Amino acid sequence: MLLGKRKKVSVDIPMASLPDIVFLLLIFFLVTTTIDAEKGLDLVLPPPDATEQEIAKKNLINLLVNAAGDVLLDGELVEIRDITRIIKERIQDSPLLVVSLKTDKQTRYDVYIDVIDRLKKAWGDRPARISIAEPEEN
Amino acid sequence: MKFERKTKISTAIPTASLPDIIFMLLIFFMVATVFKQFSGLKVSLPDAELVKKIPGSKRHVVTIWIDKNNQVVCDDYKVDNVINLRNVLYEKRVKDPQMIIAMKVDKEAPMGIVNEVEQEARKANALRINYSAIPGVL
Repeated sequence: MLLGKRKKVSVDIPMASLPDIVFLLLIFFLVTTTIDAEKGLDLVLPPPDATEQEIAKKNLINLLVNAAGDVLLDGELVEIRDITRIIKERIQDSPLLVVSLKTDKQTRYDVYIDVIDRLKKAWGDRPARISIAEPEEN
Repeated sequence: MKFERKTKISTAIPTASLPDIIFMLLIFFMVATVFKQFSGLKVSLPDAELVKKIPGSKRHVVTIWIDKNNQVVCDDYKVDNVINLRNVLYEKRVKDPQMIIAMKVDKEAPMGIVNEVEQEARKANALRINYSAIPGVL
């Protein structure tokens, strides 16, 4: 028996439209990609209660912010814009300075961010030593 | 005066490598795309001067939204009771030890809820946080 091929069928995949398909995919990924990097102030929270560490009293500054946005620095009322200058002076005296930041329940978040921003500015390029204190129950 | 061209130079741009170039672009966008976008809550972020890009890939970022009505949303999960947040964050941190929490908090939100969320994050040992802010000048 002779089973000859009747026709020669071309088995090539047409490649002419490949760039068009790839272009479509490219446009899809271009549109869905969001390049906007999230920006913000980074901070490391103090570890959970079990690993509390002692800090010498002279290296610690207590910073309290109340609901009205007033700032109490070691018991003294200061203007928000003076924080950077005061902390900078204190860092020069004691480089291991830690700022303990405590806020009221009703303190506005933007005041808090403003204070953190100014504290970080005092440290400049070095990592800021800010600790978020647990609020007291009232 | 009449000038005559001495040589005939072909002015056609070679398009044979066009698909290859498009493929390269396509692969770049495919790799750079992260398909994870939760709309979260509507917040107006505060502005700060020392904003930095969140280090590393967006894949490690867990976003917590807090709006001015004390509503909390963590990625795709609506947090009704802040205490539940501890388990959610703990599980996420076990899956991804490099996790960073991006806090998108409304300017007018009170610090009470923000502190509660931070305490839960501490207990889940998720200590790296980033307060999302808009770059501005003090």
